[in-house]
Order: sequence, then C-alpha cells, then structure tokens
Amino acid sequence: MTKTITMAHGSGGSATRELIQKVFMRSYATMPLLEGNDSAVLPMPASVDAGRLAITTDSFVVTPQFFPGGDIGRLAVCGTVNDLACAGASPHYLSAAFILEEGYSQDDLITICLSMARASEEAGILIVTGDTKVVERGHGDGVYINTTGVGFLAPDVELSGAACRPGDAILLSGTLGDHGIAIVSVREGLSFETDIRSDAAPLYALCEAVLKAAPGTHAFRDPTRGGLASTLSELAEQSRVAMLVEEQAVPVRDEVRGACDLLGYDVFQVANEGKMVAIVPAEQAEAALAAMRSAPYGADAAIIGEVQALATSSEKPQAYLRTPLGSRRVMDVLSGEQLPRIC
Amino acid sequence: MNTNLLTRFRDPALARELLGDIEQLTARLLAARPEISAERPLRLMEVCGTHTVAIARAGLRELLPPEISLISGPGCPVCVTANRDIDRLIACTRLPHVTVATFGDMLRVPGSSSSLALRKAEGAAVEVVYSPLDALKHAVEDPGRQIVFAGVGFETTTPLIAATIKRAAAGQVSNFSVLAMQKQVPPAIAALLADPEVALDALILPGHVSTILGTEPYRFIASEHGIPGVITGFEPADILWGIAQLLRQLWRRTPEIQIAYERGVRPEGNPVARVAIAEVFEPADAIWRGLGAIPRSGSQIRSTYTAYDAAHRFELEVEQTVEPRGCRCGEVLRGVLAPDHCALFGRACTPQDPIGPCMVSSEGSCAAYFRYQIHDRVPRTPPQQPAQSEDGKR
Repeated sequence: MTKTITMAHGSGGSATRELIQKVFMRSYATMPLLEGNDSAVLPMPASVDAGRLAITTDSFVVTPQFFPGGDIGRLAVCGTVNDLACAGASPHYLSAAFILEEGYSQDDLITICLSMARASEEAGILIVTGDTKVVERGHGDGVYINTTGVGFLAPDVELSGAACRPGDAILLSGTLGDHGIAIVSVREGLSFETDIRSDAAPLYALCEAVLKAAPGTHAFRDPTRGGLASTLSELAEQSRVAMLVEEQAVPVRDEVRGACDLLGYDVFQVANEGKMVAIVPAEQAEAALAAMRSAPYGADAAIIGEVQALATSSEKPQAYLRTPLGSRRVMDVLSGEQLPRIC
Repeated sequence: MNTNLLTRFRDPALARELLGDIEQLTARLLAARPEISAERPLRLMEVCGTHTVAIARAGLRELLPPEISLISGPGCPVCVTANRDIDRLIACTRLPHVTVATFGDMLRVPGSSSSLALRKAEGAAVEVVYSPLDALKHAVEDPGRQIVFAGVGFETTTPLIAATIKRAAAGQVSNFSVLAMQKQVPPAIAALLADPEVALDALILPGHVSTILGTEPYRFIASEHGIPGVITGFEPADILWGIAQLLRQLWRRTPEIQIAYERGVRPEGNPVARVAIAEVFEPADAIWRGLGAIPRSGSQIRSTYTAYDAAHRFELEVEQTVEPRGCRCGEVLRGVLAPDHCALFGRACTPQDPIGPCMVSSEGSCAAYFRYQIHDRVPRTPPQQPAQSEDGKR
C-alpha cells in the first residue's frame, strides 16, 4: 500500500518526527539538519569578509507538481537561488517549509525532496532548516513549498534594478518561454511535436561568471512570472529609462513559438525559471556574453537590446520591441492570468 | 503545419518588399484620387481579432503610408457578446450543481454586476477549457454535475461545438448542454456596410473564419457595395500582401473577393464543417455589442437537439442589464472610434482593471492597442493629427 500524508504528520508528535527523519533528513542529509535543533546555527563562510548578507523568500504552489524538465522541488530551490543570484549573492543556506495536503503520496514527497537535494547540491546551497504542516484534504493542492535563501556578497558587488543606464546592453541567458509552455502543456494535456521542457535551473554560476568578465554589470533579474516583458518594464521603471529589444535577437525555440501562436500567448509574457537578464555597460557586453555562453545554462545567450534614455521627461519608462520589419511596439506587462484565446 | 511555409511568410525581406509595393500603389492611387489624404485616409477594416493582434504586434500601422488607416472591427467574439448574454452565463453559475465551462477569454469579461472570474472567486464552479470536447469529457466523468458550455465564437468555433453536441447526443450524455451565443461574420459586415458613419473603403477578411465559409458569403460586399475584400493570413507578410491586393483593386476599380491566403482557405471553404453546423444549429437573430440586433447573425440550437440547449434546460434568472458607464466599446467595435480616443482608455480602463470587453479579451482592439501600440496612455493629440517621429514616418 502506498503511504500517504495524514493529519498526524502535522501533529508535532511521533508521526511528524518519523516524516522528518525518513523523508527530509534522509533526502537532504545536511549536517545542520541532522543535528535536529530548533535553529540551524551556521558559520559565516570563510570567503566573506565584508559581511554583507542577502536574504530572500519565495513560495511555490505550482500544479502539476511534476512536469517535463523539473518538479516543484527543483523550482523551489532554483527560484530562491536565482533571486539571490540577482543580487550577486553567492547562495549558502536554504530553509524548506512544506504545507502538505492530507492524502498526499509520501512517495511523491520523497521524489520532490530528492529533487531538491540534487538541485541544492548543484547550486551549492545547503538546506539547513525546515518545517512541515498538514492541512485537511481539500484545503491545499497536494504540496506547497516555501524556501528562504541566505547568500553573501563580495565587497565590490553593487547591483540594483535602479542602476540601468542609457547605452547599457541587455543580455538574455537563453531561450524564452520554455517553462511556461512546459507547464501549460502538461496542465492542459496539450501535446506538441517535440517535448517542451521546463528550463528550471540554478543560475548563480552564470551570474558569477558574468560579474567576473563584466565587473561593471548594473543589474541582474530573472524573468520568471510575467516573463521578459514584466522584467524589463520593472527595470525601466526603477531606472527611469526605456528598454529597446530587437525581436529578432531574442532566442525562442520553434516549438515554443508554435505553442504560443496556437494558444494566443505572447512569448515575452511567458514564465521562465532558468533564465537571467543582465544589464551591462556596452563596452563590457561582449565579454559578458562570452562568459554567459560558456557558463552552465548559458549556451544560447544573446545580446537582445539596449537601454535608452527617455525622449522627454514625461515619457513613460517602459520596454519596447523593434519588430523584424523595423516598427516599434510596446512590450507590455502581463495583467492577470495568461488565458488561452477562443479561435 | 508546414513550418517552412510559415517561415517564408515571416521573412522580413518579403514584408519589406511588400511595403515598397504598397507605397507605390498608394502613390498611384493618390495621383488618381485627390480626395484621399493623410487627413482623410483610406479606411481598411479588419474583422478578425487575430488580425487585430497581429497588426498591433508587428507594428504595421506605423509602417504604412499615412493615407492608409487600418480600422479594427467587430472581430473579437468575446467583445461582441452582449451584456445580456454575459449575464445569462453568470446566471448559470448561480444554478445548483452546475459547472460553467468556458474558453479563458470569457472569464474576466464584466457583465452587469459580476463576471465569471468574480463568480469563480466567490466559489461558483467555473472551469476554463480549451475545447467544448473537454467540457463534454468533464460531464462524462462527473455525472453528478450539470456542465454548461459557454458557446461563444464565430464560424470557426461553431463546427466544433456542433460536433460536441452530436457526440453528447450519440453517447446520451444527459448532463451536458450549451448556452449558444455564437455569431456569424457576414451579417455583421452587412450591418457595418449599411451604416454610413462607418464608411469603409475596403475589407481585410478573416483567415480562420473563411477556412469554413470560403468566398461565397462575402460576394455581396463587392457586388452590392462595390467594396473590395481580401481574405488574408496572419503573418505580417500575409497582411501586407492582402493590403497590396486591396489597393490594386481600388486602383483598378474592380471590387471583388480575393483569397490572399491560399495555404489556408479554399474558395469553397469547408462544406463538411458547414453541414455539421447546419445539422445542429440554425440561424437566429442576435444582439451584438455595439452593432445591436442583426437578423440571422446568431446561431440557435435546432429543436432536434433541444435537450442540449442550456437555455431550454434551465430556468435562468437573469439580472437587469446595466451597460458600463462611459464605456465606448460599441463605437470601437464599429470602427468609428479608435480605442485610444475613448476617455476611459488607459485611465479608468486597463487590461488590469477593464471596464469594457474590448480591454479584457486578448483579441480585443483596446487590449491590442494598449499592449502593443505606442501611445502615452493619456491621448492628448486629436485623432486627425498623426504624430511625427524623427524619420518623418507615422
């Protein structure tokens, strides 16, 4: 008989302890966790001297929990690692809190935890603490995960979404839309000629390589929900500049483009979980691009556009797209859910 | 689908060549017809939401000579659905044991006092589906619930709805029904051409709808109204090719219905799909948002299939229809008001917080303008004066 999650697993009693030991500790097997104390007490990494710390938190509620190219566990690690990476912080410690629905399969939970263990090992982050709660059947969607990440910054790293300057190059680390389309294809049972896989990946190594090659880098941002359009619009607003993207320079897989056509989605609004946007001074752009391309998950990186000054002080800071025909159009922010169209 | 063929129509070089043709043709037309100018441009209307979005996405308006104005018509099936019909659908969500299954586009369209999205948030059973067949599948899997499919769409969608009803009948699925609100494009075009305020010079005819209809139902446009019509596809080059063909017809003064989308549309259309429609549906008068009542422009379920007609199956308590104040979607749908000239556009009415359906639906003209067209969100220039950019083009 397959084991399922019961209310007892959230009671704090022996069932909870058994779950922690058999599932979480066994999957992650990190020292601070195995010590079993209320708080993980951790050393400052030796490489950090200036003592600046970055902290970020994110919750993951994706359905389905398993999809081509990843699962909710991999997302929960990569999402938080990448938010640290956006600040230029090397990832060190991660918490993992679960809200489980009564009746959820323990085997699936173990699969998710093992996936988190693999992703955290790849990202170089330690899962050091966690929590488990169980809600009654019908009050959750199987499993929700919250992760909080702690990272450290080198003294000379100064990145900010408000630091983009006219003339800067906009770099993108790879193809757009893979994650969002992978999810929707599973969720809605759509099949395409080729399998579209989620791009979920930890990107600190890529950011580190870019920072080394282009120390003047002004900002990183990962185009997750809302896609590239939301990311660039946010950066434009924070820095009070315009972002001009060359449509032809943006890497998009044919099958993703086809799926977007079919569903009426704008690929610039589709979510990514393993892509990074970098805003780099023009003179360092080629070096940054070369670094991205030789870093993990950066083989398809491209320079996709440039930051421009606002024409007038009253111009709205936003992102634009130059189409292959040379016309310009707004790259607008997604509002509400992305919904398939009628015909 | 043949991707090579598609790639060819996406080729910017081909599109640029066509733009050159269009400039030459426009110059010739201007020489022959002095009444045409940038202030009084030729009015070319597209009546398909996918065209509306494709034009905005490719930024075609700014590439065309200022003497050509592309007007968006009633091409978005969600947008033309009358408030009363949306209220009927919302009334379905208030019935016990009923799940309303709908295409995603309909979810956020506001009715008189609510929307399907709001009803869903309030706990009503509303399900987004990609096909009416998914709704039927749900009905089969969950015999304890009544599944009502929101029948919204044009001739492209109706054959599939008809096929679903036939399948439900064949499988004797008794908990599936359709609230039929589908519309037909040619009667709406007839209504627009009869409206002197709309004043069109040519029509860009829909690619998808025409795969079903073929050319015959559009003949009257040329023969009775002397207006050229060209059926085009959806890539920038398709649309530009269609525009060039329209300009040639205007120049020669030989209005006819042409197909500039041979890879998708045959002159006879799809007779099999039309038979499927006719088996299940019959033409009925319908109310269109903005256009009002148009004879025989809707579809109602034939008496043979009454069992699958939600309007027959349920006693609907429909609230008093209230039109949103200040919303000018009706004029936008008739092409007499450009979306960004509505006072609500970009201020009170945005895709985030829409007042009218044209701002909600992904294929709505207002949403397409808001999302892609470059404007300052608060229109200050009057419509007659196109803004100049540094290269002197519009």
